[in-house]
Amino acid sequence: MTPVLELAGISKSYRTHLSFRKYWILRDLSLAVREGEVFGFIGTNGAGKTTTIKLALGLIFPDGGSIRLFGQDARRPALRSRVGFLPENPYLYDYLTGAEFLDFHARLFGVAAGERRRRVAALLERVGLRNRGDRQLRHYSKGMLQRIGLAQALINDPDLVILDEPMSGLDPIGRREVRDIILDLKARGRTVFFSTHILSDTEMICDRVGMLVRGTLKAVGTIDDLLSREVPFWEVALRAAGDGALPCGRVVSRREDRILVRVESRQDLHRLLSILNGHGATLISVTPARQSLEDLFLRESRGASPRAAQEGA
Amino acid sequence: MIGRVGAIALNTFREAIRQRILYLLLAFAVAMISFAQILSLLTVGSEEKIIKDFGLASIDVFGVLTSVFVGVGLVSREIERRTVYTLLAKPIHRWEFVLGKYAGLAFTLLVNSAVMALWFTLVLAVKGMYDARLWVAVLLLFFQFLLITALAVLFSCLSSPILASVMTLALYVVGHLLWSLRLLEDRVGSEAGRFLCRALYLLLPNLGNFDFKGEIVHGLAIDPVRVAAAGIYLVAYGSAVLAAACAAFQRKELQ
Repeated sequence: MTPVLELAGISKSYRTHLSFRKYWILRDLSLAVREGEVFGFIGTNGAGKTTTIKLALGLIFPDGGSIRLFGQDARRPALRSRVGFLPENPYLYDYLTGAEFLDFHARLFGVAAGERRRRVAALLERVGLRNRGDRQLRHYSKGMLQRIGLAQALINDPDLVILDEPMSGLDPIGRREVRDIILDLKARGRTVFFSTHILSDTEMICDRVGMLVRGTLKAVGTIDDLLSREVPFWEVALRAAGDGALPCGRVVSRREDRILVRVESRQDLHRLLSILNGHGATLISVTPARQSLEDLFLRESRGASPRAAQEGA
Repeated sequence: MIGRVGAIALNTFREAIRQRILYLLLAFAVAMISFAQILSLLTVGSEEKIIKDFGLASIDVFGVLTSVFVGVGLVSREIERRTVYTLLAKPIHRWEFVLGKYAGLAFTLLVNSAVMALWFTLVLAVKGMYDARLWVAVLLLFFQFLLITALAVLFSCLSSPILASVMTLALYVVGHLLWSLRLLEDRVGSEAGRFLCRALYLLLPNLGNFDFKGEIVHGLAIDPVRVAAAGIYLVAYGSAVLAAACAAFQRKELQ
């Protein structure tokens, strides 16, 4: 299946005004976003996430490599009629009302007047701004601006929705609403590509994740792919009579006859499970203490030298 | 294409009419036109000339100021405020964006000029000095505003807003003094010097083409051929400048 968004060998650098030094923002970035998936693009501030998105939308130009949207050269503006985009901290036309703002964006897609009215009303409802559509954006709160920004990204009923830090600066309720909209888009068969550094949201809603560290894609895959390789220990809950002494594993806690044992290797886990009966113990649960995305992200981030991102021209 | 350009133009017009600065400029222009009546009392026998000259000069100055300062901000403000990101992520060619912004300001200037001209007409009518040819002079001033706006948009695509304002205002001044290049050409001895004068004369915007104040103030006949030539000059020169602005913006990185 043709990827919805495909970046192949993308590099991007910039030079400061006063020096000839070249600073690399992205190096040889390749990734493909598949149809119908929610793809989380994670990285710290300055990792190159926004640059990648700007490149995909033709707002800036790569030094090298190719970008394809729906299997075609992404430089063709017509392809963007199937794309919705919400920039980070959206700066919107604050002199327009919410309804005027959405109507303006619908006009850019050539939506007919009647259909525009219908879509504007439906989207205001969908992002919870039904009663605020006649208010100028300069009177909106940050959360409301994020929601109206999201609404303009959906005005063309896009096949691919690109969101740059959509949860940034939102309170827990706002984040929940954005998450619900993303999941709703996925349920409708749309593709969502979003950047974030809020990893808990990523684990919850993404089919796949790309991890960008100082301009280099360090890992890409499903959450399970990325994390299942890394099970540093298992926690085994037991019910045991007597002192509960066991030949392997470390007792983490003991409350009456319930014992929580930590086992560091798969071999020790098998050994422990095979001897439980002999020790008069009953198994309650085995929980693999999987590494979180945050653990993986921190490890990958620390692995990259800050100097690696820069290079004299 | 027309729909997208029209949508951007409408939004630009909407932005302009919701800015207080535009109303302030307009109010000041109206006040200046009215002030011409007081100024005319200082002269004996030239009252009509003073009122017409001062009134047209007021329309000229305030139209040019709007063209330069709003024109320079047309593109640069969109980049600075990052509103351009959501816009250009839509199926819009960059040249459509530039033309839409330009068309929006052109319409704003049209409304502006019409309001100033109406007020001027009223002032003249009250004094019994109404001259229908005034509207031709204002139309030509409007042509000049369109050309200056195109230059402001071009410079704002190439440099910072401050530098773009300075360059556009400089071209406005130079554009009204181009006749001096013709005089210089006759007096320069070297062939290279004459060629340079000639080239600059052809290259720089000749805003004298749009100046019909003399005809109105002194009651001279307006040559329709000159008016038509000014219109053709605007279309040719303005199109070239806008094409250059579109080409410059096409390559601009929207950091």
